[in-house]
Amino acid sequence: MTAILESFFGGLSIASVLLLAALGLAIVFGLMGVINMAHGELMMLGAYTTFVVQNVLKGTPLESVYILFALVTAFIMASLLGIILERGVVRYLYGRPLETLLATWGVSLILQQLIRSISWQLATGIVLFSLLFFGTLWFFSRRGDFERFRGWFLGVMLPISAAITWFVSDLLGKTHKMPFTRPWFGTQGVDVTAPSWLRGGVPIVPGYQLPLTRLFIILLTAACLLGVYWFLNKTVWGLRIRAVTQNRNMSACLGIPTQKVDALTFAIGSGLAGVAGCAVSLLSSVSSNLGQQYLVDTFMVVVVGGVGKLIGSIAAATGIGLLNYVIAANALGPLLSFSPALTAISEFFASGPMAKVFVFALIVLFLQIRPAGLFPQKGRTVDA
Amino acid sequence: MSQANGSVATSPAALDTQPMLDIRGLNVYYGESHILRNVDMSVQRGQMVCLIGRNGVGKTTMMKTIIGLLSPRSGSIVLEGKEITRLSPDRRAKAGIGYVPQGKDIIPRLTIRENLLLGLEALPPGSAKSQTIPDDIFELFPVLKTMLNRLGGDLSGGQQQQLAIARAMMGRPRLLVLDEPTEGIQPSIVLEIEAAVKSIIRETGISVLLVEQHLHFVRQADWYYAMQKGGIVASGPTKDLSKDVIQEFLAV
Repeated sequence: MTAILESFFGGLSIASVLLLAALGLAIVFGLMGVINMAHGELMMLGAYTTFVVQNVLKGTPLESVYILFALVTAFIMASLLGIILERGVVRYLYGRPLETLLATWGVSLILQQLIRSISWQLATGIVLFSLLFFGTLWFFSRRGDFERFRGWFLGVMLPISAAITWFVSDLLGKTHKMPFTRPWFGTQGVDVTAPSWLRGGVPIVPGYQLPLTRLFIILLTAACLLGVYWFLNKTVWGLRIRAVTQNRNMSACLGIPTQKVDALTFAIGSGLAGVAGCAVSLLSSVSSNLGQQYLVDTFMVVVVGGVGKLIGSIAAATGIGLLNYVIAANALGPLLSFSPALTAISEFFASGPMAKVFVFALIVLFLQIRPAGLFPQKGRTVDA
Repeated sequence: MSQANGSVATSPAALDTQPMLDIRGLNVYYGESHILRNVDMSVQRGQMVCLIGRNGVGKTTMMKTIIGLLSPRSGSIVLEGKEITRLSPDRRAKAGIGYVPQGKDIIPRLTIRENLLLGLEALPPGSAKSQTIPDDIFELFPVLKTMLNRLGGDLSGGQQQQLAIARAMMGRPRLLVLDEPTEGIQPSIVLEIEAAVKSIIRETGISVLLVEQHLHFVRQADWYYAMQKGGIVASGPTKDLSKDVIQEFLAV
């Protein structure tokens, strides 16, 4: 009994992290069919946002509840980045999954390097360049005849903006020296410390404590799930999202602004990735490759669950999480004691990485039998 | 875009004589193949106009171009004096076109109620969206009222067609575009759909543009256009439809 309870809660806490990380992807990949390789970097952004919020609020009366502010800020930051990604890259590639995959992978690499090297100098440069280039672009594109001199505009404004930006940031770097050019985060990982009320654990069974951070993540995941479910099923925008994902053309013919719906869907999926990043920052140190650690797991959850169904993601995350924990902790060991061979096998896989290997092999097998996942779409397939 | 959006100022008197839909010199291509050739066509207010022609002459292309799923290479589409040629489909729906495509295009995994509510999207922004389904919609197709919570994909072809028309009517269009509403539907429901379309015209006075193969339904229209090889080759009041024309343009 004790062992079962222990593996249940242990597995549940792994599952909730998986699910929280996969929830945003279930929306972006599951509903929109966009393979976003930069999803992990949106999580990373959420984690770094948590780090920044923590430091900003350090020493203020709000210090003890910084995590709540961090959750909201992480959601907003990640969804803003998501909107930029959708408007700037992904929307030109709808219906072309391979190009989307490559482009978002490129974005993911850029974002990883950006977080390592970002400094006041680089940030000023980016802002200045955007203001100069996109500002003038916006100004001129309002003119009706913009298409005619578009090439000319790009040829002139791109080098001018780049030159001004380079000159100004170089000058600022020389005058302000180190504080200005030193990276904010650097290549080393940064640490987020849980607020005092999240330290410690709840005793579930004698000899096993569920850490409060894990419990917090379980509750957060449940809240996010409920929120997403409510949003998709009970609001007007949720209805629009469901309509557009099932039949884009007809939805447009009914008067639904499909471009707004795309941007919103992407923003929500990205925002959830930010929340997930905020949550996992409580579990381990935050570094630029945080996203990479979770990306494969999250895709696995969505694919095993069945694309396009939230319930599938929930079932898959729970299943994978439980299995992972049970195998890694060798919880079934006592039951297998009758056979020395089985005991040897279960002990062989009884470690974190080996359990992952085992689960991964099971998933590969499972997808051979049910390629469409646990909850395949019935009837007509989703249009591209 | 902003130019197309601003409607041309018109006096009230001009509004009455202005056609509901006016299409001039429309040319549409799929890649390099020329599908619609210099099509001129108009639908007067309160009129029911039927487009006839054999399969593959470009009738559905015409409908798709009117709602904006295809863009013409040249020509203009004017709705109530307002140029809509370059507007996106959602803007055209908001401008007053209710579109019922060939193949119905019910959203399969939404309930009937949700499918109907989507029809409200066409109402101009700012108008009170009550999120309820008015009774007159159920009067058109009483069968829908009994299965509001079933999935759209579970309905029979005829029921889906009724739902598609009801959904278009939810947005209070001023021009209803119907692309072969009776195609592949059992005869008893064909009559119901026909009656519903007639009652829509009688009750609301809106204009209807219809693509149809059923002769009985075609005869309900005020005016016909006949298409051949992507162009309009004949037109006139439907009461003048002669046997020859029917034989030539209807795939019966």
